[in-house]
Amino acid sequence: MSLTTSTKFAQPLPLNTTSSRSKEHKLLFEPFRTNTFLGSTHKLRCFNSLSKSNLHRRSAIVAVSDVVKEKKSKSSTNLLITKEEGLELYEDMVLGRAFEDMCAQMYYRGKMFGFVHLYNGQEAVSTGFIKLLKQEDSVASTYRDHVHSLSKGVSARAVMSELFGKATGCCRGQGGSMHMFSKEHNVLGGFAFIGEGIPVATGAAFSSKYRREVLKEADCDHVTVAFFGDGTCNNGQFFECLNMAALWKLPIVFVVENNLWAIGMSHVRATSDPEIWKKGPAFGMPGVHVDGMDVLKVREVAKEAIGRARRGEGPTLVECETYRFRGHSLADPDELRDPAEKAHYAARDPITALKRYMIDNNLVTEQELKTIEKKIDEVVEDAVEFADESPHPPRSQLLENVFADPKGFGIGPDGRYRCEDPKFTQGTAHV
Amino acid sequence: MLGIIRQKVGAGGASLLRTRSAVSALRSYSSAGKEMTVRDALNSALDEEMSADPKVFLMGEEVGEYQGAYKISKGLLEKYGPERVLDTPITEAGFTGIGVGAAYHGLRPVVEFMTFNFSMQAIDHIINSAAKSNYMSAGQISVPIVFRGPNGAAAGVGAQHSHCYASWYASCPGLKVLTPYSSEDARGLLKAAIRDPDPVVFLENELLYGESFPISAEVLDSSFCLPIGKAKIEREGKDVTITAFSKMVGYALKAAEILAKEGISAEVINLRTIRPLDRSTINASVRKTNRLITVEEGFPQHGVGAEICTSVVEESFGYLDAPVERITGADVPMPYAANLERLAVPQVEDIVRAAKRACYRSVPLAAAA
Ligand SMILES: Cc1ncc(C[n+]2csc(CCOP(=O)(O)OP(=O)(O)O)c2C)c(N)n1
Ligand SMILES: [Mg+2]
Repeated sequence: MSLTTSTKFAQPLPLNTTSSRSKEHKLLFEPFRTNTFLGSTHKLRCFNSLSKSNLHRRSAIVAVSDVVKEKKSKSSTNLLITKEEGLELYEDMVLGRAFEDMCAQMYYRGKMFGFVHLYNGQEAVSTGFIKLLKQEDSVASTYRDHVHSLSKGVSARAVMSELFGKATGCCRGQGGSMHMFSKEHNVLGGFAFIGEGIPVATGAAFSSKYRREVLKEADCDHVTVAFFGDGTCNNGQFFECLNMAALWKLPIVFVVENNLWAIGMSHVRATSDPEIWKKGPAFGMPGVHVDGMDVLKVREVAKEAIGRARRGEGPTLVECETYRFRGHSLADPDELRDPAEKAHYAARDPITALKRYMIDNNLVTEQELKTIEKKIDEVVEDAVEFADESPHPPRSQLLENVFADPKGFGIGPDGRYRCEDPKFTQGTAHV
Repeated sequence: MLGIIRQKVGAGGASLLRTRSAVSALRSYSSAGKEMTVRDALNSALDEEMSADPKVFLMGEEVGEYQGAYKISKGLLEKYGPERVLDTPITEAGFTGIGVGAAYHGLRPVVEFMTFNFSMQAIDHIINSAAKSNYMSAGQISVPIVFRGPNGAAAGVGAQHSHCYASWYASCPGLKVLTPYSSEDARGLLKAAIRDPDPVVFLENELLYGESFPISAEVLDSSFCLPIGKAKIEREGKDVTITAFSKMVGYALKAAEILAKEGISAEVINLRTIRPLDRSTINASVRKTNRLITVEEGFPQHGVGAEICTSVVEESFGYLDAPVERITGADVPMPYAANLERLAVPQVEDIVRAAKRACYRSVPLAAAA
């Protein structure tokens, strides 16, 4: 097999020691195909060997990798994207970049507070994956979640207002920078603790499968994409979920945004085998390594992985090699990363790269791209104005949303539920 | 200055002999008004204990090359090398367990949590491997380990990063839970924690790291140590007792100043240790003032204040002239928006108001936010 230099992949190969059982698997595979969910462990084991479809996928991924390389080197024929797709990707990446640059300004002006982690440099990953998703598909993010939310369709106004701590934010100012949620757009949340988004995302994938197979919602083919960093891949929750996702063939894509650093901890200093993609096959799923600074390559790999999940063929682990152009958060002095390393990746800016691709291939004109940039500047300006003018959350909001059923606050001295007292939300709960 | 020393000598019986020479040295220092930040106090305590005992080592995320997420371990990697200042991957369950295992086998690990919020991923080892082993093994396996890092609300970091775990850990037998406020506390208690043969949960506060406090020569002496389980009376008073720990001690002291102007003399107790709780100091104070306000940033239910109330009801019920009041964080996850966040954590005014109520002064209704 021939691999491109920038896209590596690996498949879970059937272990030699299980060769006698794999025959049995083949026999059992088809009859249980439509009813794999939570059956006996015997059945589950059968489906996880997946030898047939693995071999199939394996060739498919090789093909993708080669296509990416081949097509890139060719001229205007056989392009990887249409003009419309290219413009959509470009607009999304420019939005991500401009939004985050604005956040930095607003943070320094005291409009937002706490920990603010920006996504600059990693746009190709968010755009490459999320723009392929349907609204019903879910995304789980980390504390670096503004851009994932934007890509998934949450408006710049709603994200900016959230960051300003305003009532018009996507979580009414209750969540903040690290905790973006949108039920409408199926953003499952920004999770501030390392690794915790992974099981939650795996649970979302579990529910898709459950709805289809137990609740018989035949059209429920929703896919979940979990984004997390290289440093997170040393956390046990990552391994636990790779296992369960493969074991239960859940419709999920694990996307590692390997930006080579976890705050000031270099990936190679933290990880015994730094090739994260290799951990996929160890758990029985494909592992792919892709150049995360190239949105077209990311997109090709994403298509394959999302399609696989949607078809019910199980999870994929994708390692995107990327880089953050700013410090870990706006509070990070960022003193440990080598300037040469920064320069190396700065030269591979994913936005510039897409621009070059589209212009070189006569997909778009400079002018068309300028128009997009101008439009995005306006969107971001508008988001700031909107956020600035929006009201602060009212005092009553402090006690709202603690419970779905506020009877959880218990019964008051008058024998009625405290929440039924119209004055309940006017004081703080206890002080 | 001398007042502080007198207290220290009184409080820290064990350190009396060791510090006697330092006391005389202090006199020349005191006029100079030496100050130290809590950050430097913690750093120097770590440094001195590592230098005194090669079994002491520090592990955690970013403690080495990055010099600590909050720079508490600054310079230690350079001084003690990567074998004793270990940068770990982001795996709290893993490295905490490894720390506990090392403590079983005679080392003295100091495990830094970047913040105590992340200790949630390691709580199994803190509770089940560290706190219970001495008992389960009938004293064969002691666990001399320190878990330290910032605890509680910082500012603007939202619900997951703003949780006070004092009452959680304090509810577990086998753990000792320390909550320093000043630089003196930080130095004396961290040294005590590292020297202690049992697992200690050491709860710092991010917002105090940069704060400077006056510090005496006695406290600066490398032999300095504070007793675990002993509270400190930060300010003497006769009308109402206010208990607090960590950052809230500062608030209680501010409230006491305001109250003094209005003729109410408040006694402020810096708890220093949450477990074992210094019940006798608290009760002695309440028997004198007959009124009690407890202050903490954590949630009200099953909080530290609840435990203090119980102790006072059990031991000094007949001395109480007013209902005990608990000032706590609001009973909600921490909101992000600055105006809501302010409503969710105790403010100096809340303490003042509660103290006045306890002293039967009329209190204007709280202004709406
Ligand atoms: C359980 C836990 N431990 C520690 C932290 C503190 N922390 C926040 S981000 C981070 C580094 C994460 O690095 P990586 O997974 O590579 O993601 P990146 O920030 O590079 O996107 C750490 C240690 C945390 N949020 N949660
Ligand atoms: Mg990283």
